[in-house]
Amino acid sequence: MSQVIHHDEHYDAEGSKIGMWLFIFTELLLFGGLFIIYSVYRFSNQDAFHLAAEELNRTVGTINTIILLVSSMTIAMSTSALQKKQKKTTLALLGVTLLLGLVFLVNKYFEWGTKFEHGIFPGSQYMLDHLSQGEILFFGLYFVMTGLHALHIIVGMVVIGFAYAGVRSGRVNADRAALLENSGLYWHLVDLIWIFLFPLFYLIH
Amino acid sequence: MQASSHIPHDVSYLDYKGKHKGLLAWILSTDHKRIALLYMFSMMTLFLVGVLLGLAMKLELIAPGKTIMGAQDYNAVFTVHGVIMIFMIVVPGLPAVFGNFLLPIMIGAKDVAFPKLNLFSWYVYIAGAILVIISVLFGDGSPDTGWTFYAPYSFKTGTNMLPAIFGAFVLGFSSILTGLNFIVTIHRLRAPGMSWTKMPLFPWTIYGTAWIQLLATPVVGITLVLVSLERIFGIGVFDPALGGDPILYQHLFWIYSHPAVYIMILPAMGAISEVIPTFSQKHIFGYKAIVASTLAIAFVGYFVWGHHMFTSGMSGTAQYTFSILTFLVAIPSAIKVFNWISTMYKGSISLETPFYWAASFIFVFMIGGLSGLVLGALATDVYVHDTAFVVAHFHFIVFGGVGFAFFAAIHYWFPKMFGRMYDTTWANVGWIVFFIGFLALYSPMFYLGLQGMPRRYYDYLEQFHAANILSTLGSWVMTFGLAIVLINLFRSAKSGPIAGANPWNGKTLEWTVPSPPPVENFEEIPVYGEKDGPYEY
Amino acid sequence: MQHEKTHIVPYRTYLIILVALLIFTLLSVKITAIELGGLTVAAALIFASLKSYLVLTYFMHLKFDKIYIRIMVGFVFAVFLAVIIITFLDYYFR
Ligand code: HEM
Ligand SMILES: [Cu+2]
Repeated sequence: MSQVIHHDEHYDAEGSKIGMWLFIFTELLLFGGLFIIYSVYRFSNQDAFHLAAEELNRTVGTINTIILLVSSMTIAMSTSALQKKQKKTTLALLGVTLLLGLVFLVNKYFEWGTKFEHGIFPGSQYMLDHLSQGEILFFGLYFVMTGLHALHIIVGMVVIGFAYAGVRSGRVNADRAALLENSGLYWHLVDLIWIFLFPLFYLIH
Repeated sequence: MQASSHIPHDVSYLDYKGKHKGLLAWILSTDHKRIALLYMFSMMTLFLVGVLLGLAMKLELIAPGKTIMGAQDYNAVFTVHGVIMIFMIVVPGLPAVFGNFLLPIMIGAKDVAFPKLNLFSWYVYIAGAILVIISVLFGDGSPDTGWTFYAPYSFKTGTNMLPAIFGAFVLGFSSILTGLNFIVTIHRLRAPGMSWTKMPLFPWTIYGTAWIQLLATPVVGITLVLVSLERIFGIGVFDPALGGDPILYQHLFWIYSHPAVYIMILPAMGAISEVIPTFSQKHIFGYKAIVASTLAIAFVGYFVWGHHMFTSGMSGTAQYTFSILTFLVAIPSAIKVFNWISTMYKGSISLETPFYWAASFIFVFMIGGLSGLVLGALATDVYVHDTAFVVAHFHFIVFGGVGFAFFAAIHYWFPKMFGRMYDTTWANVGWIVFFIGFLALYSPMFYLGLQGMPRRYYDYLEQFHAANILSTLGSWVMTFGLAIVLINLFRSAKSGPIAGANPWNGKTLEWTVPSPPPVENFEEIPVYGEKDGPYEY
Repeated sequence: MQHEKTHIVPYRTYLIILVALLIFTLLSVKITAIELGGLTVAAALIFASLKSYLVLTYFMHLKFDKIYIRIMVGFVFAVFLAVIIITFLDYYFR
């Protein structure tokens, strides 16, 4: 949507910022629905959830958390850099952010891969035969929530890509920074959601 | 804001010749007024489909047993009817048509905050509608779950559910984008001097609605995604066979769908709040109370969803709470009714078509609302849940509320939108025929429901026959009235007498610009002074 | 449009926030490794809330924005909390 905004005839930075926040609210409630489901099922399947969480790799989760936090900082810094008219620094910081996003996805890919090898994926016969209903629910939610989150990472990277191109060409600059600021906001949202996903899936056992 | 000031001010938005010609000049236009008409014509088309399906159901119910269709067809028809009417007509209805057309003008702006996003929402809307149509025309049978898509049936049934569910999701996305656009517009583009307390009431209700669109729609969005994933992969979240809880589906569905009825009714109330002062030539009674009750309805309405689930096995605590909250929401609704009546009191009322529609709105809305209290009370709801009583209730509210308000609004703003006046005699005849038909169609359903006739059945016991005949006859009368109204409007849009800028002596800003409005609405952005206000008669 | 003045946040601030976030992350990993029973969840959620507070106020600039954006954000979180609580009126008392 930031794309749509920066094409507009008149430029209203405050307006597009509110627009972005409103969009973030919808994303929060989208995940909010999933958090409601998670809390209800965790409440009714406490032991199964603890047992299933053992299966997840804390170290990978922690590393991914750190990656996202650092990338959040770099993109936040890139806005400051743009306002200080340091174009090179801005681009470098955005590049680092994109790279970190990619590393996050690669980690996720291997993490999911190991699960699949162990026969843990939605609809697998292994799960039906060996796991309790609570555990099946846990993994169902795990795949949906981390999957949707990964999708948001990808969307975020595309948006940041647009911001990168904009900064390079000079269309996004210190006076017209909305696209960069908004992609930053979006990226922080992705981080924010992960901040809750991480303890709820990896740390509770 | 000066970038597009080369557009001449004496050309109306209808005549304006831009870059594109013919149909392209419409479907590529980012002018909020043209987008409003795009919505209006697409909705009209879909509405007629929905009406035909409704008529088919009523024809089936004219006699017990199979008349024109069997059980499976009836299931498909009420599902598609419900999906069209709810997700494509009444949820987007007033905001997308009148909100788009009038919100910027009423607050003194040249357009909405994000015009391109606005056009994009319309495309998303069309995409959603097409998806639903695909689900009907292709695959192994039309969706048959009812518009509620209840789990686990929605992922167990063999019919073509996926496109329909995805279509509902896409339609929701369109609604979110519209809401987002309107909130930013209201925050950023109000005319100088128009403080929040000087904003007309229709924009206020659009504002409240937009917030619900924003905060409630994503919840049903994710729920529908989960149902689809359940169908494709079997993730288990709503599948009792895998440990999931179908009741949780109902919670999530109604967390959206109850607020959705306020998405529908709030702008309707807003339109009525504009019509009544104009045709009473009097300041609206209790402006602040109406604004406060708008926000209260929007807010409390978010927390009452459980009243749709009284019989599905919730805990007692939840049942009491939802029942109490439901009764609370009735208070602000009643406040509005009192405000409207008090506005009329000692006003100089002129009996024009919009006023007839508005007055009948109040009448049917009260019947709908009071029957809602019957459903909000635990003991009585257990008795009438899933009977024809519920069908009567929501048609009185949703069709009576939104539909009558829509027709009040179209007859009120028609001269503004098209610069021409309609034939008032035919308009009034259409209204009275429609009104009588409406009452004959839905009132018997209250009685039938109390007698125990269940909803969503193609068949019924002999004892329900007489009332059903009356209801079916009503559906014909009402459709006849509808035809009169629509034909009259269509003819007048082309060839009615020219209407002036302000035929009703309204005081809100849209009446200060020419009819039909020029492309950029205002030659100069109006400024509100100390003493100015939207209803200073 | 009149120009709203923008506030340039120094790099240092962001760095400090990142360090705080990392510390909270490690703390929450350590604490949840101890067997605390029901308190584990509470501890994890408290740290998550602290972290999200920092992200919202500094990274997402709420601290430097107009007050009404902060009110909106607070409102949205409050609505969400209320929805969860009301949902649990069903599940908790079943
Ligand atoms: C000529 C106009 C209409 C007729 C004749 C009509 C008739 C009906 C009938 C007979 C049913 C099925 C009752 C049952 O067996 O359960 C029904 C259901 C429904 N109608 Fe209408 N209706 C009309 C207009 C509308 C409008 C304008 C709306 C929306 C605002 C609407 C919304 C619904 C909904 C949501 C349902 C429930 C569908 C379901 O059970 O899943 N109807 N209508
Ligand atoms: Cu409801």
